[in-house]
This record gives sequence, structure tokens and C-alpha cells, in this order.
Amino acid sequence: MTTTTPGIREPAPDGKARRTGRGGVMGSTGLYLATGVAALLFLVPFYILVRNALSTDAQITGENWTFFPTDVQWGNITSPFDDSSVPFARSLWNSTVVAVLHTAGVLLVCSLAGYGLARIPYRHANKVFYVVLGTLMVPTAVTFVPSFVLVSSLGWVDSYRGLIVPGLFSGFTCFLFRQYFLGFPKELEEAARVDGLGYWGAYWRVVVPNSLNFFAAIATITFINGWNSFLWPLVIGQDPGAWTVQVALSSYTTGQTVVFHQIFMATAISILPLLFVFLFLQRWLVQGIAQTGIKG
Amino acid sequence: MSTTSELDLASPAPAKATPARSRRGLRGNSTFNFWLFTGPFLIGLAIFIYVPIGWSVYLSFFEARFTVTPEKFIGLDNYRHMLTNDDFVGSLGTFTVFAAFIVPTTWALSLGLALLVNRLRFMRAFFRSVFFLPTAVSYVAAALIWKMSIFSGVRFGLMNTVLGWFGIENIAWLADPNPPWYWLVIVSARLWLQSGFYMILFIAALQNIPAELYEAAAIDGAKRGWQTFRYITLPQLRATSTAVILLLLVAAYQAFDEFYNLLDKTTWGRPPLVELYLKALGENQDYGAGSAGAVILTVLICAVTLFQGRLMGFGRGDESK
Repeated sequence: MTTTTPGIREPAPDGKARRTGRGGVMGSTGLYLATGVAALLFLVPFYILVRNALSTDAQITGENWTFFPTDVQWGNITSPFDDSSVPFARSLWNSTVVAVLHTAGVLLVCSLAGYGLARIPYRHANKVFYVVLGTLMVPTAVTFVPSFVLVSSLGWVDSYRGLIVPGLFSGFTCFLFRQYFLGFPKELEEAARVDGLGYWGAYWRVVVPNSLNFFAAIATITFINGWNSFLWPLVIGQDPGAWTVQVALSSYTTGQTVVFHQIFMATAISILPLLFVFLFLQRWLVQGIAQTGIKG
Repeated sequence: MSTTSELDLASPAPAKATPARSRRGLRGNSTFNFWLFTGPFLIGLAIFIYVPIGWSVYLSFFEARFTVTPEKFIGLDNYRHMLTNDDFVGSLGTFTVFAAFIVPTTWALSLGLALLVNRLRFMRAFFRSVFFLPTAVSYVAAALIWKMSIFSGVRFGLMNTVLGWFGIENIAWLADPNPPWYWLVIVSARLWLQSGFYMILFIAALQNIPAELYEAAAIDGAKRGWQTFRYITLPQLRATSTAVILLLLVAAYQAFDEFYNLLDKTTWGRPPLVELYLKALGENQDYGAGSAGAVILTVLICAVTLFQGRLMGFGRGDESK
């Protein structure tokens, strides 16, 4: 997967860019102390999550605070799945399908459009580009009411189509691809031309294989946003069978009975896939954010 | 699926084929190719972005309850209704204050973290990951952790436990609007969720500052620490700061997830989107008024961002490349 591409500059986030101007206010000890305290504070919610997910409710609500359960309740792992009132397993599956297809679709549609806008000569390309830019001015979240109306009149409520398709057309992602392709070295395409490939062939055989790093960065961010999105799935998922994992989690807050360990275990399970994404793809993720500064 | 006829390239391309020449050779089907590449995206954009926007504006001038094909044109009544609706107007005001508070604090925290991480020599990647990790957590999950444990109003909530060690009474963090402790809950959750992400942006920007600037400053006798930061680092981060503040502003007005999950069933701390959600998709399904509210909110967001752009100077300095 790791293809280092010749001729493409990538700011290495881990690059040992030597900064001068160090020293000053804090000595090394103070620096590490401050960072350490901040890091501990940032880890508290994760600690709470794991502690509660692996405790009994009696331990969680006990008189004295237990820092960590002495008898770890590994059996809690199945508890969200045993609860018949919330289709948790189903919601995990829905989230997986939605996030994967959302990511694949966004990459395909937005990268093609970005390339077309960046590279293919056309008289009115600028006007088309303004049509794309215009959508950036309108916060997508405020169009959710008419979008919902539109999708329900198409009969897409409670369906994967309704969850996925409306979110594929991100003006922002298209814009990012366009910016990226504007900086893509022309020589490679010229060579493909000489070999007799048209735009389409050159795109798939030369441009995409040489842009995998950028694609991976956008894919990671898009996947995280797809997995974590809440408002749209909440509106579309009228029936519990169509809930994504975020909607399922949200339903716990309004439930009649509160089973603490189950709620925390479900939350932990919902975060796990993204932690894997983080562990394995952090390099691309950091690089992608550093290059583009995107979210959603 | 491959389509381009290769006839245009039939001329044996000499080694010195100029770019201009080869492009002229392809001019014939470049229009077709342009639409082939951008067509699917533009069709989707039209259907799923432009149609809803247009429809929203259209509905906002009609009486539209339980129906999206309204008959009765009522002019600006929906707007009047929304602008005299205390809940909605109050929510716009509240969230302007919220934005004015959360945006600078998030900016300061993420910049602070970036400065810290950037100065580390050992374990830099580790600490960067720790601060960045919350980005993977959804707002819903964070809301659950905050509501059910950290800021749970009962005795065994983490904050109340810690306060209890100091002999302080339990606080009903979310359930009592007086005093409005719920803002502490919301702000801390947002800071935790967002700061790491913007920290990455600042780290990237910090590493793009040429070292010569610091050397020159040192030669000119600038003191390390505050002076260097004030006269070199901060101005160099201007473009990134502008972008970060813009993103944070828009995000603050569009807050929904954690409010919906932290404060459901309460009447306080409702963001504009929750109000609109309840208006349009709640019991009355008043699409007309909901759409009018959406238009008002959009106009407000645009006005605020334009104002911010004026204030900070848009387009000066480009993003990193």
C-alpha cells in the first residue's frame, strides 16, 4: 500500500524538521511535566470508558471509587448483543456498510470531478467550478430538512441508499482533489498520452496509482466522518433495523432502564474500529489533515 | 468503459511534441471527457444539494405543515414566526455567545498543545497520538461518557466523586439550568473532541516556518519565548489561524450531536439545529417554519464568517503547500 511516489512532495509530519528558537520559557523538565499532565487529562475519558465497560454495575455505582475492577468482567462484552430492545449487532453492520460504501463512493465521484476540473481543458470549466464552490457557502447541516423530504419522497427512508447517496457529493472533498491534481506533475500524464492513452486511461493507469497516498488520507478522514455521523442517520433511520451504531448508542440515553456496564461496553465497541483505523493509518491521516485541513 | 478514440493521437508523436500541441490534438474530445469526469458529481450535486436548497427557500414562503407540496403562499409569515419565536431567537443568541467562547478557547488549547508537542525531543509521536486520539471518538460516544460518568449528577460520577473528596456537595451538572453548569460539560466535551485535530494543523504550520526567521530574530536581539512567539510564530501562523477559526465558527453554529444526547428532554441549551429538528420533524412537522429557520441560520453563519474574514483578512497567505 505504501507507494512512495517520485516527484510528489509530501510534508512529512514526523519529519525531523529542526526548529530553532527553542529554549525560552520552559526547561525540559517543565515541558515534559506540562505535556504529561495534559496527556493524562486527555486520557481520562478513555480510562472511564474501559473501567466502566469492564466493571459490574454494583462496582460502578458503589460507595467508594474503585480505580479499576479487581475482577475484570470480560463477560460484559456480550451484554450489548444480548439486549433485545436495541439491535446493536445490526447497527454495527449498518455502520460498517454505510461507512465503507460512503468512503468508496466519495473517493470515486469526488476524485473524478476534481481531476476533470483541474486538468481537462474546457471553456466553461471555471463556471462549473463556481457551481461547486457555491455549495461550500451553504452549511450542509441546515439543508437536512428539505434533504429529508427529498429522500423520503424517493422512498429511501430506512434504506442504505438513503443513508449513503445524499452524502456522496461533497463539494469540499471535490475541491481538495482539484487542488491536489493541480499540483500533480504533468510529465507523467504527457508520457501516458504519448503512449496512446486517452484521459480516461491515463487517469486510471497513471494518475490514480501515483496518488495513492493522497487517496488514503482522504479515505481515512471520510471513513471516520462516515462512521461517526449522527444527524442524518438519526433522521433517516426511522426503523430500528436501519439504525447506525451512533443512533443505537443515542437510544441508550432515552432508555427506560440504565445498565451502565452495557452502555459503556457498547460505546467502547463502537469506538474500536476507529482505533484500529487510527493505529494503522495514522501516518496518512496526519499527513492528509496537515495537507488539507479538512473535517467533514 | 474506456472511450477516448485514439485517432487524435494517430500522428506519430515525435519526441519533441510540445504540451500545447498534444493538447490541441485532444481538444476534439476534451469537452466530452470533461463531462465524463465531472458529470456524475455535478448531477448528484444538483439533486442532493441544490434542489434541497431551492426547495428550502421555496417552502419557507408557504404554509407547509405535514406536507411538502404546499398550496398556500404566505409571504414572510414563516420568517416573522421564527424571528418572534423566543426559543429559536434565544438559541441563535445563545450560540453566538457559545461560539464567541468556544472558538477562542479551542484555538488557544490546540495551539498550546501544538507548541508543546513541537518542542518535545523524545516521545513526540506518542504525545501527538494521545492528543489526537479523541478525534476518532464520535460526539455521541463522548456525550455518553460525559453524561453517564464524568459529569453524572449522582454521587458516583467522576467529578462529584472528586469534589466529594474535598467535601463539596454533589452537583447536578446537566439537570439544573441554575447555575448553568451544563456549559462546562459541553465545553469540556468539545475541547476534548476537537483540540487534537486542530493541533495537527498547527503542528504542520509550525514546521513550515523557516528556521532563518528565528535566527534573524535572535540576531536582532529578540528574547526567546514570548517575544519570539509574539513577533515571529504568531504572525507566521496567521493563515492557519484564520482557517481554524473559520472551521470552528461554522462547527459551533451547527452543533447538534452532543447537545441532543446530553440534554435531551431539557428546555435549556438547545442549539439552532435542535430547534429546527424539533420544528420540522417533531410533532407538528412544520416544514415551512423549519425551512425559514434554516434560511435565517444560513444567512447568520454567512454573515459571521464574512465578518470574521474581514476581521482577519481572508486570502492573505495561502494554505500550506
